[in-house]
Amino acid sequence: MNIKDVEKLAELAKIELSDAEKKTILKDMEGILEYVKVVEKVEVPDVEPVYNQKNVWREDEIKPSVFSNDLIIKQFPDAQDNFLKVKKIL
Amino acid sequence: MIDVKDLTIEKAYEMMKAGELTSVDLVSLCLQNIKEKNNELNVFLEVFDDVLDQARIADEIIKSGKGMKLTGIPIAIKDNILITGKKNSSGSKMLENYVASYDAFVIKKLKEHGAVLIGRTNMDEFAMGSSTENSAYGPVKNPIDPSRVPGGSSGGSAAAVASGMALASLGSDTGGSIRQPASFCGLVGMKPTYGVVSRSGLTAMSSSLDQIGPFGKTSEDAKIIFDCISGKDEMDSTSVGCRVLDTRIGCPTPDRRKIGVPRDFLKEGIDPEVLQNFEEIIKKLKNKGYEIKDVVMPYLKYSLPVYYIIMPAEVSTNLSRLDGMRYGTRKEGADVFDSYKKSRSAGFGMETRRRIILGTYVLSHGYFDAYYNKAWKVRRAIMKEYEDIFKDVDFVMTPTTPTTAFKFGEKKDPVQMYLSDIFTVSANLAGLPAITIPSGKSSSGLPIGIQFTGPLFSDESLFTLEKDLRG
Repeated sequence: MNIKDVEKLAELAKIELSDAEKKTILKDMEGILEYVKVVEKVEVPDVEPVYNQKNVWREDEIKPSVFSNDLIIKQFPDAQDNFLKVKKIL
Repeated sequence: MIDVKDLTIEKAYEMMKAGELTSVDLVSLCLQNIKEKNNELNVFLEVFDDVLDQARIADEIIKSGKGMKLTGIPIAIKDNILITGKKNSSGSKMLENYVASYDAFVIKKLKEHGAVLIGRTNMDEFAMGSSTENSAYGPVKNPIDPSRVPGGSSGGSAAAVASGMALASLGSDTGGSIRQPASFCGLVGMKPTYGVVSRSGLTAMSSSLDQIGPFGKTSEDAKIIFDCISGKDEMDSTSVGCRVLDTRIGCPTPDRRKIGVPRDFLKEGIDPEVLQNFEEIIKKLKNKGYEIKDVVMPYLKYSLPVYYIIMPAEVSTNLSRLDGMRYGTRKEGADVFDSYKKSRSAGFGMETRRRIILGTYVLSHGYFDAYYNKAWKVRRAIMKEYEDIFKDVDFVMTPTTPTTAFKFGEKKDPVQMYLSDIFTVSANLAGLPAITIPSGKSSSGLPIGIQFTGPLFSDESLFTLEKDLRG
């Protein structure tokens, strides 16, 4: 792993890093990956990983909401006429 | 004069029922302790301005004879559990001014029981850390020795109970974040079976691992909280409840008396005093008629490396929702992507960035199979290993942490910090319930804890072990 890899990951994760932070992260990543890489060599029975996941369905019914609409709107960092305002996407 | 530090929920309940104590008195004592100590210890990020009103309402309920065990009892809440109309920052600048628009399931339950929610406690940012040094609002200090960490990530919730600022508290445990601070602060801390307590309203960190659980001075206190907050909730699709399943496998069983000790796992990196205490507890349990048996669990040692692949992967995806668009910190950039970047960089601390980047790495093309997929296979082997062991023994016992509470700044290297969770993470990976119980003190007076892990849905029986350790 090198600084370019860190920059690419930061770009994918939408995080800005200063040059000093990149160096720190690179060093930390090397330490952590060194520690976790033992997992690659562990011998386990050759089975598909089970993610213990199953869909939990509910009926598509309209129910009164317990959420406070007012409080949700108040959280918007920028709003206009109760609509959330963001920069243009396209 | 009542000292809240020595008062249990059970005792307070009896006193309030008998009219010897009111909730207003009790809450006032906690507020006094907060006033005297919070500046130094940095336990509460906010003490709610309506606590005395809550206490007055509780006193009315008690007077009317409808009080329950938690009615009027002051409980501290970790800052990642939502309470309608209250701020909820998860220890992060990203959510510094975020106000919750609904109650977490566990909060709804506490309110139904008339508990007094006293305030929100400090924590490692987004519950990532083992010392609270990662909080954006400064670290919490350990009430037993303020030069040391209280543990983390639920360090504030542990310190609140240990310093008499609340009678009990709620924390969240993704890899040990309840049990490790409970151990460092001399408390009982419990992580329930995955699915027994709803996470609706818990700020998600790592969804296949997160559980909410109680801190108390005793197992009885922790159990009172657990009984209140557990149960099925349709708002959390991983919620299964516990009563039904308890009956199915015949829990609780107070006669579970066979305990396994994974000796091979206890060979390195443990403080000699912790190990000595562990041996003393084994002796004590044997004297009480428990059968203690060495067990071989070869996959257990891979728990922490597996955890540090799966957890950051889930963190990187879970925290992608925090982009400053709908709520939280927003910093405007040149375009929408630039705004994401600027907002996330302004909002996230170093450990959060580190884990997001690590998670992004293990999930990226070319590494997915080697890391993430493989980690899940090993996780499954760990689950199977526990399943097999529990055919033979009722509990598995280890120290809760390899050391007692360490000093601030002592663990600068991330891996060194991560190693404080070496004994706790496997319960999260396997979804099992686990409890830490105070088991003694080191020569310098720091608390030591012992951890018991039980089979799935054996939550109730974990609370029965402490009474045999006391006597």
